[in-house]
Amino acid sequence: MEINGYTLATLKQGQKGVIRSVDASDPQVQRLMVLGLVEGAEIVHAGSAIGGDPIEFRLFGNGISLRQEHARFFEVTPIVAGG
Amino acid sequence: MAKPSEIRVSAHQITVRHRVESSIAVVGNPNSGKSTLFNRLTGLRQRIGNYPGVTVERHTGTLKFDGTQTELVDLPGTHSLSAHSLEEQIVVDVILGRMGRLNTLDGILAVLDATNLYQGLFLLQQLVDLEVPLVVALTMTDAATQTGIEIDTEVLSELLGGVTICSVVATTGAGMDKLRLAISELPDTSPPRRISVWPALTAAAEKLKSVTQDMLRLPECERLLVDGITERNQSIASELSGDAVALLKTLRRELFASRPPVAVEAQVRYDWVRESLKTVQHSTPPFYTWRTHVTDFLNQPVAGTVGLFVVMAVVFQAVFAWATPLMEFIDAATATLGARVAALLGDGAFSSLIADGVIAGVGSVIIFLPQILILFLFIIMLEDSGYLARAAYLMDRTMRSVGLSGQSIIPMISSFACAVPGIMATRVIPSRRDRIATIMAAPFMTCSARLPVYALLIAAFVPAERIGFMNLQGLVLLGLYMFGIVMGILTALLMRKTALRGPKPPFALMLPEFRRPNIQTVAIQLLGRVKIFLYRAGTVIFTVAVMVWALAYFPRSEIIRSGAEQQHEIIAATLTGEALASEDQRIDNIAAAAQLEQSWLGRAGKSIEPLFKPLGWDWRVSAAVIAGFPAREVVIAVLGTVYAVGDQADERTLSGRLKASKWPDGRPVFTLPMVIGLLIFYACCLQCAATLAVIRRETNSWRWPVFAWVYMTAIGYVGALLAFQLGSA
Repeated sequence: MEINGYTLATLKQGQKGVIRSVDASDPQVQRLMVLGLVEGAEIVHAGSAIGGDPIEFRLFGNGISLRQEHARFFEVTPIVAGG
Repeated sequence: MAKPSEIRVSAHQITVRHRVESSIAVVGNPNSGKSTLFNRLTGLRQRIGNYPGVTVERHTGTLKFDGTQTELVDLPGTHSLSAHSLEEQIVVDVILGRMGRLNTLDGILAVLDATNLYQGLFLLQQLVDLEVPLVVALTMTDAATQTGIEIDTEVLSELLGGVTICSVVATTGAGMDKLRLAISELPDTSPPRRISVWPALTAAAEKLKSVTQDMLRLPECERLLVDGITERNQSIASELSGDAVALLKTLRRELFASRPPVAVEAQVRYDWVRESLKTVQHSTPPFYTWRTHVTDFLNQPVAGTVGLFVVMAVVFQAVFAWATPLMEFIDAATATLGARVAALLGDGAFSSLIADGVIAGVGSVIIFLPQILILFLFIIMLEDSGYLARAAYLMDRTMRSVGLSGQSIIPMISSFACAVPGIMATRVIPSRRDRIATIMAAPFMTCSARLPVYALLIAAFVPAERIGFMNLQGLVLLGLYMFGIVMGILTALLMRKTALRGPKPPFALMLPEFRRPNIQTVAIQLLGRVKIFLYRAGTVIFTVAVMVWALAYFPRSEIIRSGAEQQHEIIAATLTGEALASEDQRIDNIAAAAQLEQSWLGRAGKSIEPLFKPLGWDWRVSAAVIAGFPAREVVIAVLGTVYAVGDQADERTLSGRLKASKWPDGRPVFTLPMVIGLLIFYACCLQCAATLAVIRRETNSWRWPVFAWVYMTAIGYVGALLAFQLGSA
C-alpha cells in the first residue's frame, strides 16, 4: 500500500499533500471518501489532539478529523516539504 | 369581551386568499447554515413532530410570502444520498417520496455553503438528477468573501442544469426576498436538466428502469444500483420481479467489478466537483484565515484541552454566580406573595392550598429558571459556534479509552442541560453498541433538573468561603458535575466490557470553522427550552405540588386543633403583649407539625422511613424523594410544601427551614454526611419519567429503561448509605 512511504498518517503539521490512492475495503474508509477524501484531493495536516490522535486536516479549506488508524489507508504525495 | 375577537378571527380566516399549501424539503450538508436559514424563513411558525415508525424528529415550518403559504420541512444534514445513518435514510426517503401520505414533495430547497462548495456540490449533483423542482440558497457568502472566495453563480447555475441560485446572508437577511419569491414559485418551476455526471450509471439505470415497467423512476434506479438491496430499501426491493433483481446484480457487477460502489461513486463525483470548482471559484481558498488561526491555537493539543476545561469551568461558575441575584429576587418575591396571600385569605384549607401548596410549590421550582436559562444559553451557543464538534475531536482519545468515541461527547455535553435531548442526540452515533453505552451514561450527567436540588442543598449547607478565584460552593458544584461524569464513564466502560462488548466504534468528524452564534437561532432554541421548563412547572409540578399539599393537609385532626385552642386560652389568661404573641406562634407551629405528622403524607413517609433511615433521612425527606420519582425537580416543590408547615416554619426561606429541621430527639436532620449522601443520591438516581420514556423510544425496548432505573437507583442508595454511615461513624 505505502509505495512511497507517505500516508495521511505520516504527513507532518503544516505539510500539504495530494491523495494518490485509497484502500477502500474498510466501510469506514468509504465513509471518509464520501466526505471528499478521494484520489486527487489536496489536503493539509492542520494539527492534532493530545498524543497526535485524532488528526485534523484541511480539505479545500474545511476542517475534517480522522484517526491515525484510518489515515493510514490514504497514500499521499507530499507537495510542500514540511517539518 | 371574548366574543368580538372570536368573530374577528374567523372573518379574517375567511378573507385570507391562500392556495393549497405546498411542501418543500430543505436539504443540505451538516453545518451549512441550514437551520439558521430555516429559522430566518419560518420564524416562530415551527412545529416539531415525528416520522412514523422512527425516532427522527420532523421539523416543519410555514413560509408566508405574498399570499402563498409554503410548508418547509427541515431535513437532517447529510453529505450524500447514499445513506449511512438513520437520519440520512430519512432524508433519502423523504426526497424519493417513500414516506407515504406525509410527503408529497413539491420541490427541494438545497442549502449550499459558499465556504464549502467542495462537499456541497457533491450532494447537489445528486439532488439535480432527481428530476424534482430545485432552488439553491447559497449561504455564508459574507464569510466566503472574507476568506477570498469568489463564486460565479451564473457558471454554477449552468453546471447544475440551469437551477436558480439565490445568494443569501441568513444572519443579516440580505437576499432573502429573492429566495422567498423563488420558494413560493418553486412548485410551478420545471425541474433542472439532468447533468449526468456519471454516464455509465445513468445508462445502467435506464436498463433497470425499463425492466421494472417504469415502476421505479430513473433516480430511484440509480440509487438502487449504488446502494444495492439493503435493509433500508427492502420495501422497494421486495416489489421487484426476479428478472429485475437478476439484472440489478449483473449491472452492479459491470459497473463496480470488485470495488465498493460507495467508493466508486465518491471518486467519480468528487472528480467532477474538482473540475467544476476550477470554473466556478475564482481564487482557490486560502488555507489559513484569521478563523483558522483561532482554530489552530485551540488545536494545539495541550492548549486546546486546557481551553476545553476552562470553557466548562466558566460555564459552571456562571451558572452559579450570575443567576444568584435573580434567584434571590424570585425567592423573596415568592415568600412575600405567599405571606400576603395567606394574610388576605385568612386561615383555612383554601388559604393553605394557595399559599403553601401552589405558591410555595411552584415558586420553589420557578426560582431555578435563571440558572436553567444560563446553562441552556451556553450549551446552545457552544453548539451553534461549532465548538462542540471541536470538543468531540479533542476528547476522542479519552473517550476511546472507555470504549466510546468522540461523537459520544456531544450527547454527553447536551445531557448537562437535559438528558432527553442528549439521548436523542445519540442518533449521530452510527454503532448501536456505542449508542446504547452512551445512552446509559448520559443520565448520569448533571441535568438542569438536578441543579435546583444541588443549588438548594449547597447554598444551605456549604459555607460561601473563597478558595482561589472560585468559592467553595462553586467548587462543590463542580465536584458534583465531575462525579456525574466519572459515574457515566465508568458505566459506559462497564457496559462496553460486558453486555455491549464489540469492536471499536468508528469516527469521522467535520470540524466547522468557528462562527459567531446566530442570535435568532439561539433565541428560538432557548425560547423552546424555557417553554418546556415552564410548561412542566405549570402542569406536572403544579399537579404534584397540589397533590402533595392535599396529602400533607388532610385529614385534619380535631383533637390536635382543640388541644391547641385550649392552650391558647390558658396562656391568654397568664401572658400579655409580645410574650403572648410569640407563645401563640409556638403553639400554632407545634400543632401544625402534629397535624402534618398524622396526615396521609406523614403516615406514608413514616411507613417508608425505615427504608431510608439508614441514609439519615427522616420521614419528610423520604416522602419528598418518593414524590420526586416522576420528575426530580419536584422534590424541591415537595420540600417547599412539607416545610411550609410545622415547627421550623418561622424561617422565611426553604433553606432556613431545612437547617432548622430536627429529629424528635432534637438532633438536626440535615447533617453534613446526610447532605452529602442526599447529593450523591441525586447525582445517581434516575428520577425522571421523561428520560425513561426517551430511552424506551430510542432503544425500542423496555429492557434498557428498566435496567437503567434499577441500576442507577441502586447506586444512588448505596452511595448515600456509605456517605452517611461512614461520615457519621
